[in-house]
Amino acid sequence: MNTLLSHAVKKTTKIKNTALFLSTALLFCTSTLTLAQELDIKVTNLTQGIHFTPILIAAHDGDTQLFKSGEMASSQLQMMAEGGDISGLSTMLTSADKVENPAMGLLAPTMSTSTMLSTTDGNMYLSLVAMMLPTNDGFIGLNRWKIPTEAGTYSFTVNAYDAGTEANDEMITGGGAPGAAGIPAAPGMNAGTGGTGVTMTESNAYVHIHRGSLGDDNLTAGKSDLDNTVHRWLNPVARITVTVN
Amino acid sequence: MISINKKLALTALSTLMLSACGGSSSSSKVMMPEMPDPMFTQSYQVTVTNLTYAQPMSPMALVLHNEGQLWTVGETASVALENLAESGDNSAVLAESIVLSGQGGAGLLMPGMSEVVDVSYTFTDVNNAPKMLSLATMLVNTNDAFTGINALAVNNLSVGESISLTTSSYDSGTEKNSELMATIPGPAGGGTGEGFNAERNDTDKVAMHSGIVSVDDGLMVSILTQAHRFDNPTLAVMVTRTE
Repeated sequence: MNTLLSHAVKKTTKIKNTALFLSTALLFCTSTLTLAQELDIKVTNLTQGIHFTPILIAAHDGDTQLFKSGEMASSQLQMMAEGGDISGLSTMLTSADKVENPAMGLLAPTMSTSTMLSTTDGNMYLSLVAMMLPTNDGFIGLNRWKIPTEAGTYSFTVNAYDAGTEANDEMITGGGAPGAAGIPAAPGMNAGTGGTGVTMTESNAYVHIHRGSLGDDNLTAGKSDLDNTVHRWLNPVARITVTVN
Repeated sequence: MISINKKLALTALSTLMLSACGGSSSSSKVMMPEMPDPMFTQSYQVTVTNLTYAQPMSPMALVLHNEGQLWTVGETASVALENLAESGDNSAVLAESIVLSGQGGAGLLMPGMSEVVDVSYTFTDVNNAPKMLSLATMLVNTNDAFTGINALAVNNLSVGESISLTTSSYDSGTEKNSELMATIPGPAGGGTGEGFNAERNDTDKVAMHSGIVSVDDGLMVSILTQAHRFDNPTLAVMVTRTE
């Protein structure tokens, strides 16, 4: 009886040791996986009347930020927010893993685009930006989302920001260059002309949540070239679905 | 490895025991009385609060289902959803083919008010347990705005557990947001506004709603006022599994 018992105890210890070894090995595997990840990323434009210009998606380290709320926009952010040009921001991202323009152009209202992103060691945060048209300097922004280490599908929404670099005059002038007044274009071809301008000043020069467009109900006159039943939005404006493989 | 083998053996044994308890096996030497198929019931209690200032919600459609969605952003609205979003009539949504069990709201849910609605589903095969819960209701002082829950996973909810969330508002894309008196079925339209109309004169894709403009904010032809404006979220919802 005694030997039988001690035999059983020995066996249990052996199992425990094996289990310990296995779990350590498993832990090691998992921690290796967290360093480099394979992500599937889907971006959905939730709005009814706003187009997104080329999207920039980046996985980066903890020190990188594409934009900071409450601080002045970088010149690269301004290029993106006023004209949809992501090349400046992309150049800034030297050590990041990135996807440029997954939708191959504009992402129309309610449409989705999907892409894959392989991240490398240390690039544990996800950020995403794209200009909103027709706006003066509105953009969708995801800032420093911690990429989960656990495999699974994660879905969340993002809001509309104002870069604070241009007055929201709501006039479609073709002005997309940094510092040029006006909205570059209304891709839905449903905007007006002849607006006198909603405002000529931008007193909040910091990146902030966009207050939304005003628009008006006169397509040939009024203050705004935007249509108030078409070009407004409420937050959130985009849904991001990330699958960690 | 040993422990895994032991576990396997245990699983196999319990499977055997379970199948032996099945009751309908005729080869069993010991005669067992015929047992009816076991019945399972899952019940959910849903508390809905209208968070808006002056948008009554139409009688809600609350449904349990195992597949599909009541709506998808970027796709056309079903005729059932169009009915709900344009006129507030929940009957077609409750009768959708994916619905295992559905329950309608008692009536209009006024701003600031809450309503508790229960929904249950009884089934014999454990694999048929309801996995998803959806809810839809119209903001009646609009052309075709609705809000709700789209295929919330409830299969991991234990009895007594709750999920609380808030909902955003959507546009069914089936009726232009003219805000004209004749097109608003809610009290703001004077009670004579049109509800459902099969014609689709908007984008014909479900999107998030851009909010109403109103006569006070620059849409001169609008029957709606500043009071009918809304922001997200529009509902607070608590889903509790009760059985």
